[in-house]
Amino acid sequence: MTQKLVIIGAGMASGRVIEHLVENAPGAYDITLFNAEPRGNYNRIMLSPVLSGEKTYDEIVTHDDTFYADNNVTCRFGEKVLKIDRQLKVVEGENGHVPYDKLIFGTGSDPFMIPLPGHDLDGVIAYRDLEDTERMMSLGPDNKCVVIGGGLLGLEAAAGMAARGVDVTVVHIMGHLMERQLDEAAAYLLKKSLESKGISICLKANSKEILGKDGKVKALLLDDGTELPCDLLVMAVGIRPAVALAKEAGLAVGRGIHVDDQMLTSDENVFAVGECVEHDGAIFGLVAPLYDQAKVLAQTLMGETAAFKQKVLSTKLKVTGCDLFSAGDFADGDGREDIVFRDPSRGIYKRLVIENDKLIGAVMYGDTADGNWFFDLIKSGDSIEEMRETLIFGPAYQGGAAVDPLSAVAALPLDAEICGCNGICKGTIVDAIAGGAEDLGAVRVTTKASGSCGTCTGLVEQLLQVTLGDDFQMPAAQSICGCTDLSHEDVRRLIKSQELKSQAAVWQELGWTTPNGCHVCRPAVNFYLLADWPLEYQDDPQSRFVNERKHANIQKDGTFSVVPRMWGGITNPRELRAIADAADKYNVPTVKVTGGQRIDLLGVKSEDLPHIWADLNKAGLVSGHAYSKGLRTVKTCVGTDHCRFGTQDSTGLGIKLEKILWGSWTPHKVKLGVSGCPRNCAEATCKDIGVICVDSGYQIGIAGAAGMDVKETELLCQVPTEEECIEVIVAVTQAYRENAKYLDRIYKWVGKVGLDWVKETIVDDLENCKALVARFELSQSIYRKDPWAEHAQEKAHSYAPLADLTPLAAE
Amino acid sequence: MSWIDIGHIEDVPVRGARLLKTSVGCIAVFRTAEAEVFAASNTCPHKKGPLVEGIVHGQKVTCPLHNWVFDLNTGEAQGADEGRIDTYPVRLDGDRILIDGEAVGQRSAA
Repeated sequence: MTQKLVIIGAGMASGRVIEHLVENAPGAYDITLFNAEPRGNYNRIMLSPVLSGEKTYDEIVTHDDTFYADNNVTCRFGEKVLKIDRQLKVVEGENGHVPYDKLIFGTGSDPFMIPLPGHDLDGVIAYRDLEDTERMMSLGPDNKCVVIGGGLLGLEAAAGMAARGVDVTVVHIMGHLMERQLDEAAAYLLKKSLESKGISICLKANSKEILGKDGKVKALLLDDGTELPCDLLVMAVGIRPAVALAKEAGLAVGRGIHVDDQMLTSDENVFAVGECVEHDGAIFGLVAPLYDQAKVLAQTLMGETAAFKQKVLSTKLKVTGCDLFSAGDFADGDGREDIVFRDPSRGIYKRLVIENDKLIGAVMYGDTADGNWFFDLIKSGDSIEEMRETLIFGPAYQGGAAVDPLSAVAALPLDAEICGCNGICKGTIVDAIAGGAEDLGAVRVTTKASGSCGTCTGLVEQLLQVTLGDDFQMPAAQSICGCTDLSHEDVRRLIKSQELKSQAAVWQELGWTTPNGCHVCRPAVNFYLLADWPLEYQDDPQSRFVNERKHANIQKDGTFSVVPRMWGGITNPRELRAIADAADKYNVPTVKVTGGQRIDLLGVKSEDLPHIWADLNKAGLVSGHAYSKGLRTVKTCVGTDHCRFGTQDSTGLGIKLEKILWGSWTPHKVKLGVSGCPRNCAEATCKDIGVICVDSGYQIGIAGAAGMDVKETELLCQVPTEEECIEVIVAVTQAYRENAKYLDRIYKWVGKVGLDWVKETIVDDLENCKALVARFELSQSIYRKDPWAEHAQEKAHSYAPLADLTPLAAE
Repeated sequence: MSWIDIGHIEDVPVRGARLLKTSVGCIAVFRTAEAEVFAASNTCPHKKGPLVEGIVHGQKVTCPLHNWVFDLNTGEAQGADEGRIDTYPVRLDGDRILIDGEAVGQRSAA
């Protein structure tokens, strides 16, 4: 059976109710629509674009005559409702009565007019309907207008008129604009932006009186005596629910018409929707809740169960060029934390308010693209703990997006130094590329950039790519592992340049895709950090291969080998007895003499390690680091002490070198040899660093190999004294520590940077050589110590099982 | 289940492991970067490498002998390697690490 439905007011909410009804229950209701304005439903919130000229009225009409005709809606537009008789269920219009079964109040709101003296002058208007809009649109470039109210509506009115060339002044009583939606920082940016559009803004301004002449507005007088001349005065200070008719009809009314969750008023046949209602103490001015209400009301009318719930709201300002978004609650408070992002040069400000790991408020200015995403997070109440670090950067960064090295290089100024070794700036390289050097080799030849230590190779390649675009084919740099796209060289450079001093900083700042790396990258990153920041960074044993964590070499059966240091290959009966005793006591199955001139005890159980070390320590024996990426041995011959051919004290030099270098961590293992004459009994010419003593001094060779590759050392230099020999070797070691890729032996590193570079920076550059030695010594102040002693004394328990639940132990 | 207290969370290094001897064999008790523990067989199915000595990353461990990687949740070998290690129910009660006694061959603690 068709019921008679009468709706008073054709606003956005009632328009939506009609839509729902005719779509889902056509014919269920015979609808009559009253509207005091001589037109039907239009999108009132789009009046601002109409005012600024960006849209026409026709474009914002939501329902036209055809719509009403097609859906049998009887329109009584331009007709006021005089009264309602709830007993008889009749609406009394200016042009006659209409009976109803159900009645909807959609009377909306009235703009609030401050009762200032002169508020009834001609030219004092509100900003509410199309008539007001047309009045504002009639102003021309010669006119002045004052807007009272620096809220959403007032600013849209001001901006719309300013776009038409009107001289607009906004008067706002508060200390910052849009104080209900914006915090001070965002409001400051908004004010700056509006002022750049030619709008004058007076804050903390109290209006005192509207001055007129011949019944027409002339100026606004502030209480500090300022007089603001104007041809039109727009009051946009707020709205009040239009309740007069409902009150007269005897409905329960507070600030608005009281409704329950079904939008039902105190009368079971009368509903209300939109800006005229008061629900649970709240009144509504934004469109989103009105649409929710309309849906609930339509469902209720169709006999469905629905309930209106108040939700968090978001605000956007419809002023071209003022990108602004705010949502939720962003007041300061106990337990609330802020994440703030500012980019002053681009005029961007973003602030997120977090409480209990949930996003509760967001204010954004300048870049509001992610506004809806943040709004969704506020509404969902999901925990943001996991993405907190990158939250402010929006959804695009939640996949752990890596830093884009290309844009970083593009942003560098022309005088930024790219190649530190050769002092080459970005500008020089860009010029060379423009001059035809279109690959890495050509750039190296023309500028020397990246031709030395090579750590800037990635940067130079990125410059080639930025400069040449698609013409440059980037060689696929091998990333460290699956956790990152960055190469070892990139990571080393970024650790230095961004001063990353912890693994967590590397993972975060360089966009690692795993929470804490893997067995491939962790040892490398751990080494790079301790090599670059020996004092700040604390070595992480859990990022080391077991051998370096337990200071012993793991064997195929899970036992370990123990190799005490024999300085320069020299030992004595006391040490040998201690080793023999230890071998007996801990049932060491194999005792082997190594190629590095010392003794290896193989097959020691993990839990025995601290104890055998303690015993060896008592005899003065320390860790031989036979397990480490660090100094292993310095192999020597007997030199001048005993040999009839010896030219220098090779044993003594070997011992000195070993005592200086031991304990230092390096990219890979480092083995030295010192031979007392060119007969080379210590096999120094296939070591990482080898010394051949000659009558006139010391020949220092580097980059030998006798492993997977076999390679003779290359002569770095010959020096006359032992001190100089030691200094050069320490400097080479430090340069290797600072620059090489993890797991490159010295010969591989020298193959990349070239022997000439090593000569230039260490042999020829005395100052740099001394600086390298100083940095090595600084690092050694931490690392030149016996790890066995430390573990035997402090960490012995960690070598034992956590617990033993086997029956034997229980008995 | 009968939960047995095997130690304090701080007895196991962060991103590390400790050995637990039981009548069903040696078990490695792992701690990740979070307040989170796992227990699994200590023996790599490949060449019997001791997993307690491996590098712990995310919720995985890498065998120290030949770099097989195992997911500590499932015990499954990752990547191209095929194999599995037994896992055991283990949990935290405050700071204490508890393991399921029945699963590790322990008769109810009388």
